[in-house]
Amino acid sequence: MASTATVAAPRAAAAPHAETGLWSWITTVDHKRIGVMYGVTAFLYFLVGGIEAGLVRVQLFVPNNDFLSAESYNQLFSMHALTMIFLALMPLTAAFFNFLVPLQIGARDVAFPRLNALSFWVYFFGGLFLNVSWFLKAAPNSGWFAYAPLTIKTFSPGLNMDFYVLGLQVVGFSSIIASLNFIITIINMRAPGMRLMRMPIFTWLTLITSVLMVTALAVFTIAVTELMFDRLFGTNFFNTVSAGADPLLWQHLFWMFGHPEVYILILPIMGMVSEVLPTFSRKPLFGYNVMVFSGILIGWLGWGVWSHHMFATGMGPIADSFFALSTMLIAIPTGIKIFNWLGTMWGGNLRFTTAMLFSIAFIAMFTVGGISGVMHSAAPADLQQTDTYFVVAHIHYVFFGGTVLGLWSGLYYWYPKVFGRMLDEKMGKVHFWLTLIGMNMTFFPMHFLGMYGMPRRTFTYADNLGFTALNQLETVGMVVIVLATLIFAINLFTAWKRGEVAGNNPWGAATLEWSIPSPPPVYNFREIPVVHSRMPLWEGDPALSGGIPHGKVDETTERITLGGTKVGEVRDVTDENKMSAHDLGIHLPPPSYWPIVLAAGISVFFGSMIFRQVTGPAHNLWYLSFAGLVTIVFAVYAFAFEPGHSH
Amino acid sequence: MDHAHAMAGHAADPAHIDTSTGLDSRKMAFWTFIGSECLLFGSLIATYMAYKGSSLTGPYPHDTLVNGKLEHGILNIPLTSFSTFILLMSSVMMVLALNAVQKGDKSGSVLWLLMTALFGSVFLGCQVFEFTHFYHEGLTLQTNLFGSTFFVLTGFHGAHVTVGVIYLLTLAYLAHKGKVGPEKTLNVEIAGLYWHFVDVIWIVIFPLVYLIK
Ligand code: HEM
Ligand SMILES: [Cu+2]
Repeated sequence: MASTATVAAPRAAAAPHAETGLWSWITTVDHKRIGVMYGVTAFLYFLVGGIEAGLVRVQLFVPNNDFLSAESYNQLFSMHALTMIFLALMPLTAAFFNFLVPLQIGARDVAFPRLNALSFWVYFFGGLFLNVSWFLKAAPNSGWFAYAPLTIKTFSPGLNMDFYVLGLQVVGFSSIIASLNFIITIINMRAPGMRLMRMPIFTWLTLITSVLMVTALAVFTIAVTELMFDRLFGTNFFNTVSAGADPLLWQHLFWMFGHPEVYILILPIMGMVSEVLPTFSRKPLFGYNVMVFSGILIGWLGWGVWSHHMFATGMGPIADSFFALSTMLIAIPTGIKIFNWLGTMWGGNLRFTTAMLFSIAFIAMFTVGGISGVMHSAAPADLQQTDTYFVVAHIHYVFFGGTVLGLWSGLYYWYPKVFGRMLDEKMGKVHFWLTLIGMNMTFFPMHFLGMYGMPRRTFTYADNLGFTALNQLETVGMVVIVLATLIFAINLFTAWKRGEVAGNNPWGAATLEWSIPSPPPVYNFREIPVVHSRMPLWEGDPALSGGIPHGKVDETTERITLGGTKVGEVRDVTDENKMSAHDLGIHLPPPSYWPIVLAAGISVFFGSMIFRQVTGPAHNLWYLSFAGLVTIVFAVYAFAFEPGHSH
Repeated sequence: MDHAHAMAGHAADPAHIDTSTGLDSRKMAFWTFIGSECLLFGSLIATYMAYKGSSLTGPYPHDTLVNGKLEHGILNIPLTSFSTFILLMSSVMMVLALNAVQKGDKSGSVLWLLMTALFGSVFLGCQVFEFTHFYHEGLTLQTNLFGSTFFVLTGFHGAHVTVGVIYLLTLAYLAHKGKVGPEKTLNVEIAGLYWHFVDVIWIVIFPLVYLIK
């Protein structure tokens, strides 16, 4: 058993280093700063992905539109999907993992702080790399699923899909190392007394998501590597033309990743919502254990259903039945979760803050997406719906109605912790209602369009098909979403500048991250807390009732009642003495620039494979690949032997 | 157990805080990494198996009847059996290396780390020989499905062995400098985990590619 952790003995002071300025951010290994960097970068990509979607919708506003060519349309919808999935939503969840997980489990940092910085910088460069393709007029143009053999050089000449195979290897690598880090952090860095079944539910779902990531992304990496070999080195993995390759190999490998990926995008959100609902219902999460186990079950089943994306390929009745059945089974743990959320609110003392509104809307909208999912899982129905706008409606109800609404809920909820200031609630409510109206206007008609037969990924349509009016409604809906997002962006920015000061625990929440000042000091916890219950700030935890041992307890307390009986109270704790980690003798890992150097080396190496094609055989740029490789090797050694980082 | 050593080493480090499970985070991270690697190799092996026997043209891995005419298989099973044996032996060396490090036997540590790297290099040498031989026989990455799946799968494994050899040589150098004492057991243990993993994967690849027709 782990002994009670205490403040480490004072240690020879590390060389002093700047705590502000650009360089301090570039070299930071503090999980909170890395979380903020993930958040800001991913939010910018969310806007980029939004612009791409906007252009797509403008093109579809009128029939026979020639605003975009078919080719640029392909690039826009493909990059929209890639940007949203890999550069915006996954990294936004990573921002929450980074910022919150150590705080929720009472740790000073993640298990491998520099690896954490590395995963951010690899993501950062990988995102730039994918978007450089725009400047060469060669953005990926085959959807996010890149169906081979259509994407081998024979059918997709040009650099477009080279950007895909190289960029996604880089981005995938970033996610794999990040999730490795979170798995170990959650298993091994918990404060004394924080048993697995006392962990906040968000941390639990982060753990499950991370396990899905290290496994699913490994399969994807190989799929993409095989496609890369086909495109760059002439192998035959997907060469159905002259080598007899199987046209379904890519689809199997891709969806073996692609389906778990959709759960990678939704499980963390389920965790966030499960934190927001209890706080604003003044009730503990209904059925915590069931929540944990249904999460594990979803993760497990998520692995066994991939071929429901392949009903239309003619796998035969046995495979179809198996995958239909396993897909339908997923509805059970998902349904359990929905009932648990409703149960949490039932009879609660509800407070309709913006965060709460987004969480409630999440339940409703995600249910709509889940139901269309169950509809697809019946193979005969799917044969009608697949490759129509009906699938597009499903995707967006789960991605936007699910992931995005949940992320916004989480942002309103935790923003005060991150920046120490409150987001404006009035603007928040406007943002909420416009988002809800906009998304339903944009995505609900897609169900009908799909049923009327409008094909997916089509760049325009004829005017006598009856598609026009609904498409126009959708584009107007898109404008409403844009408006809402602008208001949100302004709110995020102005609150950071001059929002109301938040205090430690503005919402009266129950978990550990709310016991420390906002924003948290670099060392997180002055003393590592000892945990005795699942909701330490609500359950009148004896260890904490004498005052949380990292600051002064405020006189003002707020009572927490459950069904009329007092179960505990919330206290504000202030860190008055503003001591630095150094003053307190707390050892924190010193900053390091090797993560960014290593990430840059990786990007140069992968980038060289594109640019040697651009410059032609005359300069095959072998020296660029070589420089990348040397940088990687050098940086790996420097990383491993850097002084001051014993671990 | 060696854990005691590790703990003693850690106690000397004032920054150390016990982990929730009592297990070292680095070791746990390495096991997780190996889990991920299993899926990487698993996908490559699955691809190989899916395409086994479906090349439209030769060279073929094993003796094959093509239109009533016998085409001789290209795989050299005796040579690869030898290199497989060498790779397995290297795992024994690795165990001896770890043992020497635990006992604080400096020259033994250097010796066995170098021997492990040497056996690994012999395996790699056989692979280079095999690859160049195949190339001269007309089997390349581009020739057929067998060539693509074979070279990428075994090449990916070979790349792992190469990284392992560099890793071991680095450790041997550090041991020679006296920087790999008993308190650094864990570093060697992790290198050993990696090395054994690479061996175990080969034990899966060898029968699937070379022995099963
Ligand atoms: C958890 C959140 C979910 C997300 C993020 C999600 C996402 C997606 C995406 C992106 C696609 C389209 C794939 C493509 O690009 O071709 C899709 C299709 C599909 N989804 Fe979901 N989904 C979710 C939940 C579900 C559920 C709960 C079910 C069933 C119980 C389901 C069943 C299906 C089926 C059968 C398809 C294939 C439709 C077709 O292509 O014909 N999904 N989903
Ligand atoms: Cu799916």
